Amino acid sequence: MYFGDEPLTGIINRIGTRVDGHGPWPRFTTTSGGWRTLIETLSGNAWSLLGLWGEPAAVHAAVREDLSGEVAVVSLDCPDGKFLSMGHVRPGAIRLERAIQDLYGLKAEKSVDARPWLDHDAWGVTHPLGAQPGKPRHAPRPYPVLPMEGEGLHQIPVGPVHAGIIEPGHFRFTANGETVVRLEERLGYVHKGIEGLMRGKRVEEAAKLAARVSGDSTVAHSLAFARAVEAAMGIVVPPRAVWLRALMAELERIANHLGDIGAVCNDAAFAFMLAELSQLREAVLRACDAVFGHRLMMDRVVPGGVAVDIAEHDPARLLGLVEELRRRFPPLVAVYENKASLQDRTVTTGCVSAQLVKRFAAGGFVGRAAGRGLDARRSPAYPPYDDLEFEVPVLTDGDVNARVWIRIKEVEQSLGLVEQIVKRMPGVPRNERGETPLPRVPAEGTAGEGMALVEGFRGEILTWVRVNADGTVDRCHPRDPSWFQWPLLEAAIEGNIVADFPLCNKSFNCSYSGHDL
Amino acid sequence: MFKHILKHVTGGPVTEAAPAASEAALKELAGKVDAAARKRLGRSLSIREVDAGSCNACELEIHALNNPIYDLERFGIRFVASPRHADVLLVTGPVAKNMAEALKRTWDATPDPKWVVACGDCAIDGGVFRDGYACTGGVDAVVPVDLRIPGCPPRPAELLAGLLALLETSAK
Repeated sequence: MYFGDEPLTGIINRIGTRVDGHGPWPRFTTTSGGWRTLIETLSGNAWSLLGLWGEPAAVHAAVREDLSGEVAVVSLDCPDGKFLSMGHVRPGAIRLERAIQDLYGLKAEKSVDARPWLDHDAWGVTHPLGAQPGKPRHAPRPYPVLPMEGEGLHQIPVGPVHAGIIEPGHFRFTANGETVVRLEERLGYVHKGIEGLMRGKRVEEAAKLAARVSGDSTVAHSLAFARAVEAAMGIVVPPRAVWLRALMAELERIANHLGDIGAVCNDAAFAFMLAELSQLREAVLRACDAVFGHRLMMDRVVPGGVAVDIAEHDPARLLGLVEELRRRFPPLVAVYENKASLQDRTVTTGCVSAQLVKRFAAGGFVGRAAGRGLDARRSPAYPPYDDLEFEVPVLTDGDVNARVWIRIKEVEQSLGLVEQIVKRMPGVPRNERGETPLPRVPAEGTAGEGMALVEGFRGEILTWVRVNADGTVDRCHPRDPSWFQWPLLEAAIEGNIVADFPLCNKSFNCSYSGHDL
Repeated sequence: MFKHILKHVTGGPVTEAAPAASEAALKELAGKVDAAARKRLGRSLSIREVDAGSCNACELEIHALNNPIYDLERFGIRFVASPRHADVLLVTGPVAKNMAEALKRTWDATPDPKWVVACGDCAIDGGVFRDGYACTGGVDAVVPVDLRIPGCPPRPAELLAGLLALLETSAK
């Protein structure tokens, strides 16, 4: 089945040569002419750009044909340190290209924005991951913000240190009176060099870094890394581990959504909801702590399986949590729905159009609140979700209210998933004497390349990895969903008042750490 | 909603009893707060949180301190929006080099007497991000540290125990 003139694999087979040892989707190498054809195809609407990442002398693009769900990676060797930019057809690629330029020294030709992105001239080295890391610059380069001209315009610089307890980044507002004319983001402040730190580490050690790409999505990022490594090395995970992973992923989704729904209301000056929902979030985290031994379940998903199993009495505890949330959450949803003062702030605020969401391939509640109904749990799908019943809520308004509602509905869906998983999980739980073996196999296998798409609470995480024969990581790239959501925040705030920015920002809740790496 | 609130009024607070001040923190803080500073601060501390490269997990747990269950403000400790209003900088993350300048400037903007709390394993010694080109390797590489609260991330109860030790020392 295919849509359009030619299916994805048809076009890519024509422009590229298939590389062996890449799973579960194929990877092709292409020439600069083939890269040009790829960009031409991406100017249409049939494909999504899932990711774009570099290596010392090559760039890789992951693409998906949205209707058929076919996924492939296209690679271009860059012997002369250059590749053609795809930013003019896929604006979501612009920041990824700037990051490749900063980290690997590969230049995106004909780029619409050639300014540095992650490199703030503070590392003491230039293109640190490139074939030949360069000498540091004598003085930091100036960073010109995009020019704005017009009568009565003024700028408001915010950050990197913000007023709340949030991550650092710089926002430059250009406003006319109260109305925001343009927002420009500058990120990269929390760049920790994760991709560089992963190189040469054993997969078990690299998994710890993957778990700390973005702390709120630690389960989802660990899962994406583990699945990519398992695809690369040909590891088959015990069925019980697959279900335990999904259990943790859904608990993480519920905890984050509960906290963020409350925080959005709090940013609309309605503290009651935060006070109530933060108690529900705490109930989830305490259950996670009791069952998995860590409130955020960090380092619990590992390549080869899981690091901890639940005990015999834990299913009852988790079902009790589901029951408690089903009792306490709906009355709060009713408060949100019926408070005119709250609706006044969230409805028609911070709109993102369906076209932009599609062009940027934004996932998660940002995409699903504006008509892009993709969910990695459904397409390309991964176990055990093909065996579970759930709905993927989609709305079309694209405003703060729609994003809140998507999250409310996802909490309800995830509660159902937790219930199904707990009731139907295969295998034997940990007994009190601890003699039941963990559902985990050694992270050993062949050298290879693997990719994974995993639905975190924010949206689709892509992780690509190449593992050496000795079980060390040669190259890993975790692409957080925030890469394709941050630029849309700039669009969402346009025409809104400055005072609504915290509300819009919280309704997106993009990750700084996951983006800056 | 009012029914909901009424139920809380009759049901009593959900706030839990405070943990004891952390022994380890009290030991680390001994002798660090002089009499003049104690007199000025009394039993109140204003905290400015600075994320200097954290993965956001520490921030999530610091946020939890403000929920009704931990309710940090009952102790006279509160988070403030500006370093100019702060007595304490609560710093998380391995201090990414891209954040080092901002952290230094935040410290400079905080009036004396002031304390720096390194929150989490990354802030103490860089944690898993210690090596590499992009991190300085901990808060004390950039500003002097008075108290360390370990954990990845520290649980809210552990954060609370550490901050209470600071409050106890400064109010003696």
